[in-house]
Amino acid sequence: MPAVQETVERVKSIDVDQYKYGFETKIESDRAPKGLDESTVRFISAKKNEPEWLLEWRLEAFRRWKTMSEPDWARVKINPIDYQDLYYYSAPKTTAGPKSLAEVDPELLKTYEKLGIPLREQEMLAGVAVEGRSKVAVDAVFDSVSVVTTFQEELKKAGVIFGSISEAVKNHPELVRKYLGSVVPVTDNFFATLNSAVFSDGSFVYIPKGVRCPMELSTYFRINERNTGQFERTLIIADEGAYVSYLEGCTAPQRDENQLHAAVVELVALEGAEIKYSTVQNWYPGDSAGKGGIYNFVTKRGDCRGNNSKISWTQVETGSAITWKYPSCILRGDNSQGEFYSIAISNGHQQVDSGTKMIHLGKNTSSRIISKGIAAGVSQNTYRGQVSAHRKASNARNFTNCDSLLIGDKCGAHTTPYIEAKNSSAVFEHEATTSKISDEMLFYCRQRGLSAEEAVALVVNGFVKDVLQHLPMEFAVEAQKLIAISLEGSVG
Amino acid sequence: MALLEVRNLQARVEDKEILRGLDLTVKAGEVHAIMGPNGSGKSTLSYVLAGKSDYEVTGGTATLEGEDLLELEPDERAAKGLFLAFQYPIEIPGVASMTFLRTAVNAVRKKRGDEELSTPDFLRFVREKAKELNIHQDMLKRPVNVGFSGGEKKRNEILQMSLLEPKMCVLDETDSGLDIDALKIVADGVNRLRAKNRGFLVITHYQRLLDHIVPDVVHVMAKGKIVRTGGPELAHELEAKGYAAYENAA
Repeated sequence: MPAVQETVERVKSIDVDQYKYGFETKIESDRAPKGLDESTVRFISAKKNEPEWLLEWRLEAFRRWKTMSEPDWARVKINPIDYQDLYYYSAPKTTAGPKSLAEVDPELLKTYEKLGIPLREQEMLAGVAVEGRSKVAVDAVFDSVSVVTTFQEELKKAGVIFGSISEAVKNHPELVRKYLGSVVPVTDNFFATLNSAVFSDGSFVYIPKGVRCPMELSTYFRINERNTGQFERTLIIADEGAYVSYLEGCTAPQRDENQLHAAVVELVALEGAEIKYSTVQNWYPGDSAGKGGIYNFVTKRGDCRGNNSKISWTQVETGSAITWKYPSCILRGDNSQGEFYSIAISNGHQQVDSGTKMIHLGKNTSSRIISKGIAAGVSQNTYRGQVSAHRKASNARNFTNCDSLLIGDKCGAHTTPYIEAKNSSAVFEHEATTSKISDEMLFYCRQRGLSAEEAVALVVNGFVKDVLQHLPMEFAVEAQKLIAISLEGSVG
Repeated sequence: MALLEVRNLQARVEDKEILRGLDLTVKAGEVHAIMGPNGSGKSTLSYVLAGKSDYEVTGGTATLEGEDLLELEPDERAAKGLFLAFQYPIEIPGVASMTFLRTAVNAVRKKRGDEELSTPDFLRFVREKAKELNIHQDMLKRPVNVGFSGGEKKRNEILQMSLLEPKMCVLDETDSGLDIDALKIVADGVNRLRAKNRGFLVITHYQRLLDHIVPDVVHVMAKGKIVRTGGPELAHELEAKGYAAYENAA
């Protein structure tokens, strides 16, 4: 069945508020008291049996955070967040270190089942590698603590370290200590600093020298505990000549309250290394009246630290009430390359302010930005990007293409590029278009037998094709479905 | 029962009355031509039959095989077998023609309760029909109508018509912007589709298309109504005398 039709059927099977992942899993939680002060930070650190240096690191971040204020430059309207009205740590009680799937709470497994992730689900949860198929190892993050880690053996053979960051703190403290906060400093911005103080868990990946990671790595994040801020911390290091492709997919149960998510992702690519980081984000966007939904305030940054290194971000952003996210590349090494491929969809009352930064520092560095923003409903969708060349960054190259598609006449698309070249040999190109799905186009499709939804899905999938093709195969198929689901009800 | 039955059809765009009580009956197997001066409402008739939303029907009826067309959504009308070949086919950037065709064919087949075509079957089907219309595979890889020449766009319309297997085909000024070679290819394509169970409504300003697609019935439309009906010879008469006599007739 062609993806478009399949999509439409999936859309039709969705009931309330078009959000199919709005269910709640009943698992007892072990959580920190509400609110945030030094004792909360100490509680989290103690819960995780962290070494003294990490506690100090957190406390420093916390002290710094108290002096900071929320950034206000994005084109989003945020209801005031009461940081004292949130829980900063929550762990499912059943996770006293399951060693195998048999030990995993069946409720958790059911949750993943409901997420309807086909291929991966079978393989990852069963931990079975099907011959001839690409294998995907999943470090499933349930609320804050990793519960399932699969494919460990095969990765171990390759020397790859893939697991929760808490484990890495215990087992590989030298690596964590060396790289944590080295890309996104503790003092970087309000949300990143908050994350540094209270991060609960997240993924850690280390690919040793010259190793091509034998499988795609994947993590599912899921926010489940009521009123729990989600503070993921991800750290990926590709040592010299290493390669890794990392997939991140997110869904969350429906909530009335706004939920804050302030994750930090740091990527480090050493000489000749390549990191490909793909995200499909589908958190609860709020209901049709604009009530509820996730606040997604994320700091993602990659450092092409070595010469000839490469970092590539691909993202499909369809969810969240507010998205504030700029996966960036610091092109420090000579001849390093940065890429950013993005599809950002906003419908209903969603607000998206997303883009990237390409900071050219080394010589002969190049970057490429392809951004596709789609706005429907009464949503606002902003691309914000910065491309800069340092004084010494000779022969820096950038190509930026940013297209916006409007569906209906009550939404907005905005493009805010900042371009700054301090080296006269830099060549930066910027292309931007804004178009609208016209009634003529829809009528033409419908005259050929497509329903209004099918027509929108077809046109939109055409619009985002350039980006979709940069996603790993099975992710691309999922993303295509997700895009259509996100735009359900945007016409007609 | 007539295939297409239009009775006293009245329609307007915004506040402008365009169709003012139009009657038309097309039986299965027949080819009807509608000719008329610019602004007589020919294209409006095609849009109203296909269900374009800016056109408001203010009176009358239109049925396809006895079923009320005006109650149906545009895609339901397509599934019932109504096809409109557009005067100005729409460009859809980023969507490969092949993808578009396949989505359309399967959408229509599904609504008609038929099995969707498998990929190999579909490809065979398209290749065969495309070849008849002198359409290259390269063209099918390009985005729908984007950068197509006038002739390519019209051939693409006829390709869609042959793939969707409609009962009632409406061709809106399909000859406009075509040179004589392209016109022949398009006309041959239409003629191949002529069948006992299929009707055609060929809307045109000029007689020249009707040399290639020979109609059974020719209507003259003026000021939103059919004002005269005759055989193929009527087209020749119009070609010789022009529409002047009809400009003030209605």
